[in-house]
Amino acid sequence: MLGLALVVGGLWIGQNVNLLPDSASANAPVYDELFRVLFSIGTILFLGIVGLVIYSLIRFRRRPGQSKDGLALEGNLPLEIFWTAVPAVVVLFVGLYSYDIYDRMGGMQPLAQSAVHNHQAIEAKERVWGGIGSGPIELSKQAKSSLSVEVTALQFAFLFHYPEGDIISGELHVPSGQPVSMRMESKDVIHAFWVPEFRLKQDVIPGQPTILNFTATKPGRYPIVCAELCGPYHGSMRSTVVVEAPDEYKRWFKENSKDPILEA
Amino acid sequence: MTTASQQTHQSSSGSLQPKGWLKYFSFSLDHKVIGLQYLVCGFIFYLIGGSLASAIRIELSSPMSDFMARDTYNQVLTLHGTIMIFLWIVPVVNGAFGNYLIPFYVGARDMAFPRLNAVAFWLIPPAGLMLITSYFITGAAESGWTAYPPLSITTPAAGQIIWILSVLLLGGSSIFGGINFIATILKLRRPGLKLMQLPMYCWAMLGTSILVVLSTPVLAGTLILLSFDIVAHTGFFNPTLGGNVIVYQHLFWFYSHPAVYIMVLPAFGLVSEILPVHCRKPLFGYSTMVYSIMAIVFLGLIVWAHHMFTSGTPPWMRLFFTIATSFIAVPTGIKFFNWVATLWGGRISLNSAVLFSCGFIANFVLGGITGVALAQVPFDIHVHDTYFVVAHFHYIVYGGSVFVIFSSIYHWYPKFTGRMLNEDLGRLHFLLTFLGFNLCFAPQHWLGLNGMPRRVAEYDPQFTFINQLSSIGALIMALSTLPFLWNVIQSAFKGAIAGDNPWEALTPEWLTTSPPPVENWTGMAPLVKEPYGYGIKEESIQIQSPDISDPENNKQ
Ligand SMILES: [Cu+2]
Ligand SMILES: [Cu+2]
Repeated sequence: MLGLALVVGGLWIGQNVNLLPDSASANAPVYDELFRVLFSIGTILFLGIVGLVIYSLIRFRRRPGQSKDGLALEGNLPLEIFWTAVPAVVVLFVGLYSYDIYDRMGGMQPLAQSAVHNHQAIEAKERVWGGIGSGPIELSKQAKSSLSVEVTALQFAFLFHYPEGDIISGELHVPSGQPVSMRMESKDVIHAFWVPEFRLKQDVIPGQPTILNFTATKPGRYPIVCAELCGPYHGSMRSTVVVEAPDEYKRWFKENSKDPILEA
Repeated sequence: MTTASQQTHQSSSGSLQPKGWLKYFSFSLDHKVIGLQYLVCGFIFYLIGGSLASAIRIELSSPMSDFMARDTYNQVLTLHGTIMIFLWIVPVVNGAFGNYLIPFYVGARDMAFPRLNAVAFWLIPPAGLMLITSYFITGAAESGWTAYPPLSITTPAAGQIIWILSVLLLGGSSIFGGINFIATILKLRRPGLKLMQLPMYCWAMLGTSILVVLSTPVLAGTLILLSFDIVAHTGFFNPTLGGNVIVYQHLFWFYSHPAVYIMVLPAFGLVSEILPVHCRKPLFGYSTMVYSIMAIVFLGLIVWAHHMFTSGTPPWMRLFFTIATSFIAVPTGIKFFNWVATLWGGRISLNSAVLFSCGFIANFVLGGITGVALAQVPFDIHVHDTYFVVAHFHYIVYGGSVFVIFSSIYHWYPKFTGRMLNEDLGRLHFLLTFLGFNLCFAPQHWLGLNGMPRRVAEYDPQFTFINQLSSIGALIMALSTLPFLWNVIQSAFKGAIAGDNPWEALTPEWLTTSPPPVENWTGMAPLVKEPYGYGIKEESIQIQSPDISDPENNKQ
């Protein structure tokens, strides 16, 4: 009875208490689903164990006048098996489920492959280090080519280079609904590209390019945050990603493009 | 600290050592003196590290960088992390309690290598002093306690090199300690005492020492290579010279993930000693507790790359480390269920030691749950390197290890000094610490989820209120040390006389005087085959077996 109330309560809290910011990428709703499941399981376990501790402390507290010991219970094999099995099953479920989520985010796709979809395919010889992305599922579904952006991080700014149109910008502009594939490299120390509303983060490393794929879904301005300690101004190393409707993005692109041929 | 009773039964070998107060400031070979040296020295560093934490929380109570210069802030956070890990928690949960208790528990008169033991301790004060004075002389290291290159190669070299040297000294101290514990537990056991009869803290220290001996040398090697990069301009980790920065992270975390277990496994052991005494019940599931410690040791060595999910780790590696890390929850869970079962049906004295131990259980369960979540690659991709992680690991190392250190001080203070601590002040200390801690760190989960990265001096103004809440929590934590300090200092002189065994405990350290004589027992070491033999056996057999959920049956 109590256990049932606990499970229902935990599920309710997990589904209804929202601790996350806006979701603005194809990746984010999938992440939020995982978050709600983990939050529900976590709430049930936490309230269950802490509840048992508080209950024991109250019920089994030494009352005045009690001088004898407690029970001489040294162990109980079925119980031990039970509470080895329960966490094992929970962990197994969480692992398989998060694998599924990771796969849906495109994390299991070898990234070199998804990079082939780019106009500016990265040379196959080059060592491409992994990076999570919205992945080829999105690509095939929308049958659109992805937008490639080259990201350079340096103390203490991000620079975004659009090879198509040869635009260099301090803000990242992306059209909503179109997959974006970013190739990132750092000029000095390790930085990290993080957009909380996209639920995505990837370190930007000197000497080793990393790839990050995503599809923005909701127009708006979202912060880009450097998440890896990179020096005194680390806290102010921020930029903005501007997600625009495709027409608006095209206007921005035309205004800034240095390559008139591509405009046609 | 009260030494009167100690003078009476000294054997000849102890007489070369200084007596009275002086011995605590000398190269003493007595494991109990060394243990208390570790404890007091560690606590002084805790106060310093805590002041640095307060400075961080003051800076973060406003979104601008206004309390200190930005590079000072990075020095402060680097020192805070390094001091709390290498000078407070590791030396205290291992060095202090390990040295004090392990020889008692195995029935020995001292550690296997007393001189090595003293050397291990005396490496700590100079290393700590060097680290802290570097702040005033050259400026301290400012690349975080992780010292990732190339940042650690490009920040001012003097501070970084001093940081490396002091961590090397502290690592050396830790290795000496580890070797000593392994030798003592395996080789100095009193004849007739079997391994599976040892108190649980011995098993925890055996597991921890295995981790120390296997992983700390890797950290030492890595830091030596890093210092070559800084001083001699070699290119091991310097990308401009063809080095690889990710290799450093693998090597660093090969030590630093096990370091988490070096901080919490001994704490698990200490809780396993404290709870049975005050619950008047045997430790539940002794042998599963032993196996789960060893499982944690093994798994702890193969999970390090969960700190590197955003570092461009290949997919298969992300997957492997997710699974391995998640599975640590199983042996850890077993321990927690066993502690709850130890509480169940007991006669629990709700004293400060028990409160801190139960506070530990609550905090650590939360930290463990967020830990399993963080182990999932897709989850971690969002919150890695944010305040969510800051909250998580403070729930593990503060809510876990530090709560246990306090619990242990309340439990063993009568043995250390022969006097009792004041219980009312102890409960006040617990209340303030528990409230302050949770107010400080619980809101930080939200900050991380919503976009605040860690190690920043300035942040988005939308996070101001929650940060101020967290800072108020930190203030309460800082205040909570006052009743504690007053209590330990004044009880040393005026506390009620404890007697040899105020808790009526069965483990061997209580079967001698308080404080104990130089070689621990005046006669033979007692043979304690059942360190947890509490409880009313006859009654429990008659009444108890059918239904453990109804303890009312069992009242006398
Ligand atoms: Cu940065
Ligand atoms: Cu770890």
